[in-house]
Amino acid sequence: MTGVWIVIGVLLAATAFGFWNRWSSGRIKESAAPSTLAGITPATDDDPLADIESDTVAAPVSALTSVLDGRLGERATMVQFSSAFCQPCRATRRILEEVTTMVPGVSHVEIDAEDHLDLVRELDIRRTPTVLFLDGQGIQRKHASGLPRKADVIAALGEIIPGGPEDFAI
Amino acid sequence: MSSDVTKSEALPAAVLDCSPRTQVDPRGPRFGAAVTTIVLALALVFVGTTFGTVLIAWQTLVFALGALVGLQAQPYGIFFRSVVKPRLAPPAELEDAAPPRFAQAVGLVFLVVALAGALLGATVVATVAIAFALAAAFLNAAFGFCLGCEMYLLGRRLLHR
Repeated sequence: MTGVWIVIGVLLAATAFGFWNRWSSGRIKESAAPSTLAGITPATDDDPLADIESDTVAAPVSALTSVLDGRLGERATMVQFSSAFCQPCRATRRILEEVTTMVPGVSHVEIDAEDHLDLVRELDIRRTPTVLFLDGQGIQRKHASGLPRKADVIAALGEIIPGGPEDFAI
Repeated sequence: MSSDVTKSEALPAAVLDCSPRTQVDPRGPRFGAAVTTIVLALALVFVGTTFGTVLIAWQTLVFALGALVGLQAQPYGIFFRSVVKPRLAPPAELEDAAPPRFAQAVGLVFLVVALAGALLGATVVATVAIAFALAAAFLNAAFGFCLGCEMYLLGRRLLHR
């Protein structure tokens, strides 16, 4: 008889988790501590004191810098971490690619998480897909894990890009 | 742009064969997860009896075929393709076979533990292992959520030094 109660307990717990996951998955959140991608957009040219003077450049040079080198969007970049065993990664890619055609100056970069495990750990990425939203300076402003909704992606870009969504071709 | 991802031969998916990007009807694995949920729920109720052990052994075989041979050899998948699918509309889209096949492999690990527990009389071990597998199968069937797939990156992170 205990088996029946265990089945009921497992199914109730899994149901609660399933609804919570459905609710939280894909939600775009503010990134608490934006990490500067020093190196891509240096604040000063060859000033040796720049490292000491500027508190933003003091952030460690992220491995993301080298991965993204030359692929930063003019106004914003959506960095998608994907993996081989990931169902929602393809749909996420489709949505983000679509948004890049609608919003000028925004690029979408997809990274294989398994090829960059050090980076994954440094950025504390736990699941795929995880999308980081970087502004024109390459500073991480928002993030989402799970399949994001297209309207949320557009709204997030509207907050990141100066001038807002007025010129989005929606 | 997605060049980092398309070179699938470098990924562990290739170790489990998965000829580059085999595509499946996503409703197949979902249907299989529903059948698995029922089998595992019964196994949990009857664990410790001969009937319970037979159910565990059967589900172990199912997962082994799905993970080691391929989704095309998985009995619930065969039933779906031959009996259920002809009665349904064509799928809206296909999905990669790698995630559901990985899920079969994760299920196999839990079921091997459960089977060993059941055969050795360690009912508690069997119960706990089946309970985890039941939760994963139910999440897949009811929410389309692949627990093994979601844990995959965390696992790679922990193993990577």
